[in-house]
Amino acid sequence: MSVGLGHLWVYLETTPLLGLVGTLAAYVFAEALSRRLGHPALANPTLIAILLLVLFLLVTRTAYATYFQGAQYVHFLLGPATVALAVPMHANLAQIRRSAAALLPALLAGSLVAAGSAMLIARALGAPARVVLSLVAKSVTTPIAMGIAERIGGQPSLAAVFVLITGLTAAVLVGPLLRALGIRDWRAVGLAAGTAGHGLATARVLLLSETAGAFGGLAIGLNGVLTALFAPLLIRLLAWLPAWPLGG
Amino acid sequence: MLQALLTLLLCQFLGEIAANALALPLPGPVIGLLLLLVLLIARGGPDEPMRAASQRLLQYLSLLFVPAGVGVITQLDVLGRNWLAVALSILVSTALGVVVTGWVMARLSRPR
Repeated sequence: MSVGLGHLWVYLETTPLLGLVGTLAAYVFAEALSRRLGHPALANPTLIAILLLVLFLLVTRTAYATYFQGAQYVHFLLGPATVALAVPMHANLAQIRRSAAALLPALLAGSLVAAGSAMLIARALGAPARVVLSLVAKSVTTPIAMGIAERIGGQPSLAAVFVLITGLTAAVLVGPLLRALGIRDWRAVGLAAGTAGHGLATARVLLLSETAGAFGGLAIGLNGVLTALFAPLLIRLLAWLPAWPLGG
Repeated sequence: MLQALLTLLLCQFLGEIAANALALPLPGPVIGLLLLLVLLIARGGPDEPMRAASQRLLQYLSLLFVPAGVGVITQLDVLGRNWLAVALSILVSTALGVVVTGWVMARLSRPR
């Protein structure tokens, strides 16, 4: 890097524009790339944008705090966006009431099994508390998951990445797994996608059936609120097991 | 539009206050979500500006996770040491979540 460029860089690092422009540019590029590839499940724009920015920060040896000075303006909007999830939830209320007798037990069982098994497996394989507690909300839509992780002593950034990977995994698994079990009810397929894999898996099943998409949509909001409620209880419950408590 | 944005921010604000003052286990924005939901039920649904504002925000939801996701750069050492535990945990628990939810729902749903 020449002296002139070096000076320019020192200046850029002090302005929030770098992080802001970088975030938007990486996302616009990632979205265009995903569209060009025909929106395959694994070419998720958010994941591509994150990878690009991480590479950029590593190569330019820029501190995350420096990047976040600008990126915080985007990040801030997550709060009101989480609140805004109430609007699609309200639109689904009638549907939720109509199928509550099947929907709520299925949601509760799937949600508890996903969160509990994630913690147990990670813990059994020796992952430290920070990682285990960031896995609890991995099936929950990202804004709620990050809030939960922060609240229970996990790490919001780890949670955000775990949520993305979980969504991609569920998007790939939901069709083949349920077909193998002979489950063809679109309401069940949609609810499973939304409960285990939030918006990413729901977008996948929406391509197959609108009913599946609608049930995925209700599962996303309900599972977020449900997991926020049971996460602290689940952690306390698992603390009774041997090879716990979460010290490491 | 401005009023709808103010409502969203106010719900979040009250949610954060409630979460901290009452030491609730729920994150502030989730309490805000529940507050807005109660408000919407009381009013019989969102008005047009609220519908537009929330739709606009949620349309860009996947962009809004990017700054936090990049924060994984501060956790690369932890991830590097625990990648197998994380990968297996996510793979198995996600498969179990899909199967249990789908199976219970299919069992309990009335055929139509």
